Amino acid sequence: MNRTHLCTWIGGLLLLPCIIAAAESNSVLIQNVTIHPVTAADIQNGAVLVVDGKIAEIGTKLEAKSGARVIDGHGLQLYPGLINAATNVGLAEIEALRDTVDLDEVGLFNPELRAEIAFNPSSEHIDVTRASGITTVISLPGSGGRGGFGGGGGSVITGQGALMHLEGWTWEEMTVKPSAVMDMLFPEIQTVPRQFAAMMGTPPRTYAEEEKQYKERLRQVSDFFEQARRYAKAKSAGGPDFRSDVRLEAMIPVIEGKLPLLVRAEKEKMIKEAVEFADKEKVKIIIADPREIGSAGPLLKARNIPVVLGKTFQLPMRDDDPYDAPYTLPNDFYNAGVKICFGTFDVEFARNVPFEAAQAVAFGLPHDEALKALTINSAEILGAADKLGSIEKGKVADLILTDGDPMEAKTNIKQMFIAGREVNLESRHTREYERWMER
Amino acid sequence: MLRFKSRTGRSGADEAVRPTTAIVFMMATVGLCGAQTILIRNATVLTVTKGTVENGSVLIENGKVAAVGTNVSAPADATVVDATGKYLMPGIIDCHSHTAVEGSVNEGTVSDSSMVNIKDVINPYDINIYRALAGGLTVSNVLHGSANAIGGQTIVIKLRWGKTAPEMLFEGAKPGIKFALGENPKRQGYPQNFFSQGPAAEPRYPGTRMGVEEVIRASFTEAKNYQAEWKEYNERVARGEKPIPPRKDLRLEPLVEVMEGQRYVHAHCYRSDEILMLLRVADEMGFKIRTLQHVLEGYKVAKEIADHGAGASTFSDWWAYKIEAYDATPYNAAMMTRKGVVVSVNSDSDELQRHLNLEAAKVMRYGGLSETEALAMVTINPAKQLGIDDKVGSIEVGKSADLVLYDKHPLSNYSKALKVWIDGHEYFDRDKDLETRPKFEQQKKELLQKENAEKPKPAKEGRRL
Repeated sequence: MNRTHLCTWIGGLLLLPCIIAAAESNSVLIQNVTIHPVTAADIQNGAVLVVDGKIAEIGTKLEAKSGARVIDGHGLQLYPGLINAATNVGLAEIEALRDTVDLDEVGLFNPELRAEIAFNPSSEHIDVTRASGITTVISLPGSGGRGGFGGGGGSVITGQGALMHLEGWTWEEMTVKPSAVMDMLFPEIQTVPRQFAAMMGTPPRTYAEEEKQYKERLRQVSDFFEQARRYAKAKSAGGPDFRSDVRLEAMIPVIEGKLPLLVRAEKEKMIKEAVEFADKEKVKIIIADPREIGSAGPLLKARNIPVVLGKTFQLPMRDDDPYDAPYTLPNDFYNAGVKICFGTFDVEFARNVPFEAAQAVAFGLPHDEALKALTINSAEILGAADKLGSIEKGKVADLILTDGDPMEAKTNIKQMFIAGREVNLESRHTREYERWMER
Repeated sequence: MLRFKSRTGRSGADEAVRPTTAIVFMMATVGLCGAQTILIRNATVLTVTKGTVENGSVLIENGKVAAVGTNVSAPADATVVDATGKYLMPGIIDCHSHTAVEGSVNEGTVSDSSMVNIKDVINPYDINIYRALAGGLTVSNVLHGSANAIGGQTIVIKLRWGKTAPEMLFEGAKPGIKFALGENPKRQGYPQNFFSQGPAAEPRYPGTRMGVEEVIRASFTEAKNYQAEWKEYNERVARGEKPIPPRKDLRLEPLVEVMEGQRYVHAHCYRSDEILMLLRVADEMGFKIRTLQHVLEGYKVAKEIADHGAGASTFSDWWAYKIEAYDATPYNAAMMTRKGVVVSVNSDSDELQRHLNLEAAKVMRYGGLSETEALAMVTINPAKQLGIDDKVGSIEVGKSADLVLYDKHPLSNYSKALKVWIDGHEYFDRDKDLETRPKFEQQKKELLQKENAEKPKPAKEGRRL
C-alpha cells in the first residue's frame, strides 16, 4: 500500500468512525511461509493469523476468518520485526547541521527530558531504517559524546530513551514505551592528547586535574541520587512543605529500580565502576556500548545485568589488541552468560544493525543467539517482552516477510507489518532510485 | 585448464625487517614467507572476470597466478593449501584510503596544494595495514584529504605488511592527484571552530562552489602557460639555441602531468552540479577525470560521467551525515553501473576497509546487481579505475597472485578471511595470528613490568597529558 492509499484509507476511517471498529477487526492471514518465532522451533509451511494488530494464531493450517486479507507468502521467511536497541533515530536528521539535531541538552542531569516528544515522525531515517526489517528502535536523547572533542554536551544523565515503532502519523502513535531506559554516561577520567586539547582551544590538563574532575563528577552523581531519594521520601510522606520538582520527579522510577539506567561504559574499569555504583545506589542498570569485557563478565552475570552492544564493525581500542577484538566481543559477553542485544547508537546506520550481529556470528556468536539479540533479548532487556520480540500468540504483530536470512545483505525484505498494519517499504532512497532511473 | 609457462622459481627468504616497536615487529613477522610455489586446491574460485570454478585449484609461481582450473598439476615441492569448502577471490582493492598516512592528511593552508605528495608520509608501521589485510584488502589508493580544491599527489600501495614504505609502492601504478569539490574545500572560506571554543581561523578562499571551480580553472590556466613556456624552451634548445630555462614550479608540474595523461585525477565530490562542473572544466582544459570519489549524486549525472569516461568510486550506503549527502541513495552504485559507468565501492576509513566484501554485497540488495557485479565493485572495477587491471583485480593466469581465502562465500555476512597472499607471499594467516596471541600477551606483560620497574617517580603535578 503506498502513502496515498494509506492516506485515503486512514482519512476515510476518520470520517466514518462507525467503520473503524469493523476495519480494525479485519484480520490478516499470512500463509505458506517458514515461520521463525525465535522463542520456539521454526515452522515449515506455517501460517500466522493477525487479528486487531495482534498475533491471534500460529500453525500450519489456519482458517481465514471471513473478510480476512489472505497473504500467500510463496515460501518466504517470516520473522518478528527486528529491534535496534540503541539509536538516535527521530531526534537527528543531518549530523553536521546542529539545527536538525536534538541531542545532548545543556546540563549535567536531565532525567526529565523525554525522547518520544521530539521524535520527528517525518524523519527520512524512519523509512530508511525499516527497509532493513527493523520495526522498533530505542531512540536516545544523548549522542554518547562526552563534551568537547567528539561533540556531545558532557551530560551525565541525558534523559529518557523511548521505545518507538517505526510507523505512525504522530510520535504518540509510534510510541511503544515512552520511558524505556534512562540514558546515562558514566563519568571517566578523560585523557585528551595535547594536540586535541589545542584544537579544542582548551589548555592541556594534567592527569591529576582530570582525576580531580572525575572524582568531583562522581560526587555530583552521588549527591544527585541522594537528592532524588530524599525527594521520593518527602513525596510519599506528603508533608505540607513538599514542593514537586520536574527533575527529581523523573528520578523516582530510577531509584525505585523500575526504570533501568542505560549506562554507557566503554572500558572494563568503567563497567566495573558502573556495577559498583548500581550496587551502592540500588538501581537497575543496563551496560551500553562496551568496547571490552575484561574480567567484568562474572560481575554482570551474577547480577543479571544485561548489555546493549554497540557496533561490531569497529577498530580495536588499542594498537596491540587482536584485529578481531570488536568482532569477538559479542560472543565474549554471551559466553560469560550475559544477556546481550544489539544497538548502533547512531542514526544513519541504524538500518545496519542486522549486519553488526552477523559479523559477530562470523566470529563465534551462535547464529540463533544473534537473532535473539536483535529480537527477543532486546524486548526483554527493554521491558517490552510482553509485546515484542517474537512470533507468539498475543504479541503485537510486528512481522517481516523476507526471501532469506535478515542478517545477510543479499536478502530482500519483501513485506513488513507493524502492529498488524502493512507498512510501505519505500523510502527517500527508493524514490531517488525510481525517479532517476527514468532519466 | 590454463597453464602459465613458469620461469625458474625464486624462493628466497624475505629481507629481515626492523620495525620500531616490539609488538609491531611481532605482528609484522606473522605473515612473512618467501615467494613459493603454492597450490591452493579444491576451492570455489571466484575469478570475477572468468566465472566461478567449483572445486578449483590455483597454482602460484613466482608471485603470479600460473594456472587456474579443476585439474592443475603442481611441482613436487609446491606448498599445498587444502581449501576444500572454502572460497578464493582476488585481493580486495580500495580506491579511496587514508591508511598509513603519517600525521595530518590535509595540507590545508592553500587551496591548491599540488606540490605535496602523500608518498613522502607513508607509515609502514600503521597497524591498520595489518587489520585491513586481515579483512582481505591487498591494494589501496592512498589519498590526500579533501580540504583543498586541488589537493596533494597520491599513490597506490600494496599492503606488504612488514616491508618499508618504498617497498609498499605498487610498481607501475600511475600516480594521481586529489581534487575536492563542495562543502569540504569551501568550508575553509567560512571557518567555524569545529569544537566551538577558541578563536575562529582566518577565512581562506574559496568559500563557495563557484570559488572552487575558479581555483581549478585558474590553476590549470597557469599550468597551460607553464607548459607552453617549457615547450618553447625545449624547442629553442632543439634548434641549438641557449635560452634561459623557465623557473621550475613544483605546484604546476603535477598539473602539467595531468594534462599530459601521466597522472590521474581522483576528485572528491557529492552533488550533481559540482560533478558536472568538474567534467566541463576538464573538457575545456583538455584533461580527464579518472575517478569521481564518493560521488553520492553520481546517479543524477551518470550519463555525463559515462560519456566523459570517468570511473565512480562510492560508498555502499553512507548518507545524511551532511547536507550534500542528503540526496544519497545506496542504489547509487547499481544505477551508475546500469548507465555504463565503471563503479567501485570504497572505504575512506580504517574501519570500513576491513570488510569491503560485505560493503560490496549491499549492491545486491540495493539495485539487484549480480554476485559477480558485486565482487567486481571491490576487485576488477577499482583495478580498472587505477589502471592496474592488467596486473590485479581478478584471478587470471599471468596476474599477480593477490588472493584471499574465505571460509564462506565472501558476499555472505557470515564469512571471514582466513589467508591473504600478495604477489604469492602469505601476508595474513588467521590460524597463525591466533597462535601467536599468547606470545604477544606474554611479551606485553613483560614490557609493562619492565616499564613499571624503570618508571621514574611522578612529579608532584602529575604527568602532562
